[in-house]
Amino acid sequence: MTRFEESAPVKGGFSFDLCKRNEMLVQKGLKPSSYLKTGTTIVGLVFRDGVILGADTRATEGPIVADKNCEKIHYMAPNIYCCGAGTAADTEAVTDMVSSQLKLHRFHTGRDSRVVTALTLLKSHLFSYQGHVSAALVLGGVDVTGPHLHTIYPHGSTDTLPFATMGSGSLAAMAIFESKYREGLTRDEGVKLVAEAISSGIFNDLGSGSNVDVCVITKGNREYLRNYMLPNLRTYVSEKGYSFSKKTEVLMTKITPLRELVEVNEGGDAMEE
Amino acid sequence: MPKQQANWSPYDNNGGTCVAIAGADYCVIAADTRMSTGYSILTRDYSKIIQLADKSVMASSGFQADVRALQKVLAARHLLYQHQHNKQMSCPAMAQLLSNTLYFKRFFPYYSFNVLGGLDSEGKGCVFTYDAVGSYERVGYSAQGSGATLITPFLDNQLKSPSPLLLPAKDAVTPLSEIEAIDLVKTCFASATERDIYTGDKVEMLVLNASGIRREFMELRKD
Repeated sequence: MTRFEESAPVKGGFSFDLCKRNEMLVQKGLKPSSYLKTGTTIVGLVFRDGVILGADTRATEGPIVADKNCEKIHYMAPNIYCCGAGTAADTEAVTDMVSSQLKLHRFHTGRDSRVVTALTLLKSHLFSYQGHVSAALVLGGVDVTGPHLHTIYPHGSTDTLPFATMGSGSLAAMAIFESKYREGLTRDEGVKLVAEAISSGIFNDLGSGSNVDVCVITKGNREYLRNYMLPNLRTYVSEKGYSFSKKTEVLMTKITPLRELVEVNEGGDAMEE
Repeated sequence: MPKQQANWSPYDNNGGTCVAIAGADYCVIAADTRMSTGYSILTRDYSKIIQLADKSVMASSGFQADVRALQKVLAARHLLYQHQHNKQMSCPAMAQLLSNTLYFKRFFPYYSFNVLGGLDSEGKGCVFTYDAVGSYERVGYSAQGSGATLITPFLDNQLKSPSPLLLPAKDAVTPLSEIEAIDLVKTCFASATERDIYTGDKVEMLVLNASGIRREFMELRKD
């Protein structure tokens, strides 16, 4: 009888095969490659009729702003949205993936998606990659069981909270929430508080900036308020403008022919049969 | 036991950008007023510019504690010079003094990236640009600091008339008028602020010309 060896699980997850090799390379002096981080402020809060999510719109690559107006509030389901902080590629990929999985699940069950479903799919994916998928998320939505707000950390742990902040500007935003949050906020009060928290991140954290995006989710309805506030317009535009007519200077021109012309003699020696 | 690496650094980078442009009879020196550390802002209202002599102004970005120490040393040396020679130091003389002061600490440098601007003894604008240990050169314009890599290519395109490889070497002052140079500086800072997280809040501009020194401020993005 043949016996089969159990190999590593087929379904995703972090593969530890190259860890020893990577450690050896780091010891020899290899620097790990860098990636685009969002350096962000993202927030969520639960109000009287549902949840409100907020995010800034700056994407950084080290000290440089790579995108001045990116979208950090990702669609998961018609009644569920997710803000993402950390590595931009990771947040995009993981939210797109779970969004697709939720859609298939909706077809399979014939019911609207629940926030805890998205939560479990996200956390089990992130845990199986042992924190290497650098995505810190604020997940919020309203389903049949009511409004829900969760935070998800890159290693796969989650919290269920009435108000939450993540990203490099999370402390600045949390300072606002801790001072001004109370239960049973109205929609307008909630949106105002979220915008204030994101603004705090935008102005006090260098990793966050540009505009405020807000998403209001209630039972049966959601409002995606892209660029709800634009508090950072360019301060100076020259009236006369600048032209860029100068081309690179031509210092010397030299033409080198690549192929010499070869004379072909017809009627030379015939090939031997 | 392998050699231990230091887990404490005596330096920090407080960010910021400095620019200087020399004209035929004026000089513009500008720096933003944001002082930061890591991802936080320490203050939005910090001057990186100091007037060392009546025709020499220095702007420095980098580690502001070292910048402040350097400014004090230069101010003290200038005072001594005035006592000994009964006159103000000229800008080229101050340039040499700054270079010597920086090289003096070659093996524990001032983490300070400087541009020195002013008027030379003929009244023409002059700009000197430095590295952290005192290598310097007289140029027509210069940018230093976190936004320098964003600003320098723009200034090269707008101001650099011939290639430096063409002979004879052209004059080191820009043909722009004072108004145009100030417009250029404002555009540089507004643009650098868009893409560099360490530059912003306000830009402080000093203009030196025959009639004296003028200071102007312009608001920048605060995010």
